[in-house]
Amino acid sequence: MNYLTQRLLTFPLVLLGVSLLVFFAIRLVPGDAIIAMLGTEAGLLTEAQRASLAAYFGLDQPIVVQYGRWLAGLFEGNLGISVTYGKPVLEVILARFPLTLELSLLSMLISLAVGIPAGVFAATRVDRPSDLVVRLFAMLGQSTPSFVVGLVLIYFLSVTFRMLPAMGSFTPLFVDPIGNLSQMILPSITLGLSFAAAVTRISRSAMLDVLSDDYVRTARSKGASQRDVVWKHALPNALIPVVTLSGVEFGYLLGGAVIVEQIFALPGLGRLTLDAISQRDYPLVQGAVLFIALNFLVVNLLVDLAYAALDPRIRLGGK
Amino acid sequence: MGLLKAVWRHPSGRIGAAIIFIFLVLAGLGVVGLTPHDPLKQFVVDRLKPPSATYWFGTDLLGRDNFSRLMLGISESFIVAFASVAVAASAGAVIGLFAAWWGHLWDGVLMRTMDVLLAFPAILLALLIVAIEGAGMVTSIVAIGIVYTPIFARVVRAPALALKAREFVEAARTFGSSQGYILTRHLLLNLVAPLTVQITLALAWALLTESGLSFLGLGTQPPAPSLGVMLAESKSMMTRAPWLMIFPGLTIMLAILGFNLLGDALRDILDPRTQGRAA
Amino acid sequence: MSTLLEVRDLHVGFGREPRDNEVVKGVSFGLEAGKTLAIVGESGSGKSVTALSVNRLVDFGGGRITKGKITLQRADGAAIDITAADEPALQRIRGREIGMIFQEPMTSLNPVHTVGAQIEEAFRLNRGLVGAAATRAAREALERVRIPDAAQRLRYYPHQLSGGMRQRVMIAMVLASNPRLLIADEPTTALDVTVQAQIMALLAELREELGMAMIFITHDIGLVAGIADDIMVMQHGVAVEQGKLDSVLDNPQHDYTRHLLKAVPHFTSGSAVRSDGGSHAAPIVTVDNLAVRFPVLKGLFRRKTGAVHAVDGVDFELRPGETLAIVGESGSGKSTTARAILGLVKATRGRIEAKAGRSGRPVQMVFQDPYASLNPRLNVEGLLAEPAIAAGQRVDAKLRQRMVFLLERVGLTKDALSRYPHQFSGGQRQRLCIARALMLNPDVVVLDEAVSALDVSVQARVLELLIDLQREFGLAYLFISHDMAVVERIAHRVAVMYAGQIVEIGKAAAVLGAPQHSYTKRLIAAVPAIERRRQHFAVDVTQVPSLVRPAGFEPPAAKWREAGDDHRVRVEETA
Repeated sequence: MNYLTQRLLTFPLVLLGVSLLVFFAIRLVPGDAIIAMLGTEAGLLTEAQRASLAAYFGLDQPIVVQYGRWLAGLFEGNLGISVTYGKPVLEVILARFPLTLELSLLSMLISLAVGIPAGVFAATRVDRPSDLVVRLFAMLGQSTPSFVVGLVLIYFLSVTFRMLPAMGSFTPLFVDPIGNLSQMILPSITLGLSFAAAVTRISRSAMLDVLSDDYVRTARSKGASQRDVVWKHALPNALIPVVTLSGVEFGYLLGGAVIVEQIFALPGLGRLTLDAISQRDYPLVQGAVLFIALNFLVVNLLVDLAYAALDPRIRLGGK
Repeated sequence: MGLLKAVWRHPSGRIGAAIIFIFLVLAGLGVVGLTPHDPLKQFVVDRLKPPSATYWFGTDLLGRDNFSRLMLGISESFIVAFASVAVAASAGAVIGLFAAWWGHLWDGVLMRTMDVLLAFPAILLALLIVAIEGAGMVTSIVAIGIVYTPIFARVVRAPALALKAREFVEAARTFGSSQGYILTRHLLLNLVAPLTVQITLALAWALLTESGLSFLGLGTQPPAPSLGVMLAESKSMMTRAPWLMIFPGLTIMLAILGFNLLGDALRDILDPRTQGRAA
Repeated sequence: MSTLLEVRDLHVGFGREPRDNEVVKGVSFGLEAGKTLAIVGESGSGKSVTALSVNRLVDFGGGRITKGKITLQRADGAAIDITAADEPALQRIRGREIGMIFQEPMTSLNPVHTVGAQIEEAFRLNRGLVGAAATRAAREALERVRIPDAAQRLRYYPHQLSGGMRQRVMIAMVLASNPRLLIADEPTTALDVTVQAQIMALLAELREELGMAMIFITHDIGLVAGIADDIMVMQHGVAVEQGKLDSVLDNPQHDYTRHLLKAVPHFTSGSAVRSDGGSHAAPIVTVDNLAVRFPVLKGLFRRKTGAVHAVDGVDFELRPGETLAIVGESGSGKSTTARAILGLVKATRGRIEAKAGRSGRPVQMVFQDPYASLNPRLNVEGLLAEPAIAAGQRVDAKLRQRMVFLLERVGLTKDALSRYPHQFSGGQRQRLCIARALMLNPDVVVLDEAVSALDVSVQARVLELLIDLQREFGLAYLFISHDMAVVERIAHRVAVMYAGQIVEIGKAAAVLGAPQHSYTKRLIAAVPAIERRRQHFAVDVTQVPSLVRPAGFEPPAAKWREAGDDHRVRVEETA
């Protein structure tokens, strides 16, 4: 069967699995569902109040029915009410999401823009000093956690320049592009560094593989220049694993945003999730986790489509 | 042992192995309590002291010895990393192996389940598990173990599928060899190499995730020191006591670097196709 | 005639110390414009490295020319020493003056660009053509190599074309520059024999038309007999014999050349078939109306829209102690038939009956690739023990005794037991596989292209071993092969398969010497042979028919014609 059809067919299945996992995971929280939904305030309720609340939320129904109702709610954008904010969960999430999305996309952009050329550069100078330098930096970059990078950046800023990046509130890109970028650039670098290192490494090794392939030799036998060989014949083939990696890594970027937002005190989705966990705001935790997973899945699907666009063997099927 | 010798001859393998050896020694000493000072004892008069002959890596706000705390922190982080990778590698290997061997519906069900787990960014899935179970060392192990299970399942499934189609497995079928024999002798035995590489690299990730969780306050709980906790505590004092940030930061980096270097070296040695190719 | 290329004392080495690691050790030859030189040798002889040095592609594979001179007479009359030329100068020579085609048509084209784009690039680089002019030139080039529907094929990606088609695309690409020298590095080794004949005829035709010189590299001395003017035989990096084609073939001076000509199987139209053995006993394996079909699933709901009829309506009998060879090209269903007999694929229909003989599993198998059919992590003792363990035997002294006996019987020593597969050569590994197949004392061994992956001289020795073992143990062989020369040496009877069906079956001498079916005739005509080197063949572009049939399709019942004692031919539809 065609790869893309297969991919599109399993997508809703995985979505369903994700929703199942998130729904039942929250039900595993010690204590009953009322506590899970209302947090510590549940302790103030009387038995009768509990029972009527349970009936109101449908908690007296069998768990499968509860899941069905919750799932049906999802389709209408109803993720429940946040206990701490007293507002619909979706509304709270959407207010924080643009920052996290921008942060992830920006760091991905930086990583690819740095990593691919660096990898190609190193591969074409294999085992020469410039290759060794690139490899060393890539190795260090991959081994340095984002919170160490972030702390070091803040330390140098505050010690050398006696200034701190703007924290606390978020300046949207379309309101004040310069203010936004000056606020986002350090967090993006922090988040993207290890991904840039990974892109460098995989681009380098993919290029090395491809450069020894038969069709590269064919191109050379035609009299193609080194530049044509590298950029026209080798790179399009070497990009295939890089694109695959990008899809997976986007998830790590979304997850890593939790840490980076914490370090730079940015009010994004990651910090929202973290606060929700410490405040036991379970509907919010559930909604945020589901929302991030959904984004990750959509990006992964898009990456697979891009992958297919790059590789005619997948796009057109065949042997 | 041929493998150890090969690692030692490999330039980055030697560095990686040396780093990990030193860390294992430090962690071991930390566990049995052979630290220069009591890592939990507060020397009230010696608060925020810079590094000196007495306190090699300085002291923190409560006057605790930074170096002793680091030793204990390393052991905490390593225990979580090793335990969680053990969980992930064994669960993932079994799932990947059976998905590949049984194929068809089983493959679909098992691997789609893995896809569901992979749909959550690692830190986030760990956060979800911590949210349910409450923070702590065991939760960290379970969480990181679950997070990396699907990766091992994939790492095992792909070569297992390739092995299943290899002629020596077909030959085994023509002899009438049993499933158990084929699975252990022909598949698992040939998967040892990729698994070894993956385990080493996964240890680096597990350290990263563990310290990340602790940094967020969701891993090891204070007063037990862990590398992430120490870094998180250093943030508010970074200008007054930079050594509280520098040493744990360097320690985490070195530990992860050690496993990454060793993993790359092992891949070079065990996979002849990529000889000299690791970046 | 002017000298186009002059190679003097060429040395090529690899690795960090190329001087200590030489693969080519002092080769000299000259080539006149419009002439063809064949370089013949087995793997590791340095023949490909020599050729790749001529356009310095060897640099990109890690090689260095450590000594010698390569002088090329350029189109403008100037001479250039290629060993001293810089990269920009070499880029002007590659493509424009020296074209090259390679062994693996499957991997030699870039998978992400259309074949049109790749041919157009050659025209852009070598003739400066762009846009519509390049497209037109590319289409004409495709037509010239006889690719049907050239205009449409330009938009195809390489994976949508067969191996033979891809090799034609490679040739079309080379035509872009009208090179004065074409280097062909085993261009037909990966192709079926009838496709090989097509490509060879095409190359010969284009060579006449364009007046280009050619260096043709091959392991098959029979193949170059029809195309070369001069021949150079290489072994271990040295040219052991060189000279005019006829004098080398008819009057070889060096032992190795004589060995290649005599010891190595060459096809002789059935005059070298075996006279020993054979049998008229009751069959030990009977295959009756065997069909193997693989469903073709389409669409969202994986509906079965048809089936690949890999094997359709095959019957034959194998008698004790005889060799029945099944010959055919890729896609003919010969390997699927073998695998069905061993139960590795499920038969859709039909009956396979193997009489229980000396052991519980009377049929054993040896596979094509000796590198893939031995588990690299097990030592020889573990490998040989496996069939016995599977049969419920214990690994004891008696079993070890049998291992040693068989090892010695296949020409290996006792100390092999503790060694691992990677410590053996390809030929030795295939001997291990044969020993393993004999562990349980079978009556029948299925040999699926068992000598195809081996070098020609190793091939000859393994064939001899197989014949000896057959006599000693009274084995029946089902010998699956695409190689007519090998089949001629070992078979008592031959079955020819085409598109999933047997088209002709009978005594080896009859089938190979007096073929009746049109496909058998075509197949035999395509086999290169030294005796027939002065015959010329027209370019033939017959394609193998598709085996995909609509759901519910049943082939019409076969009609057979007796062509003699034990020689049956399928009656062809006269359409």
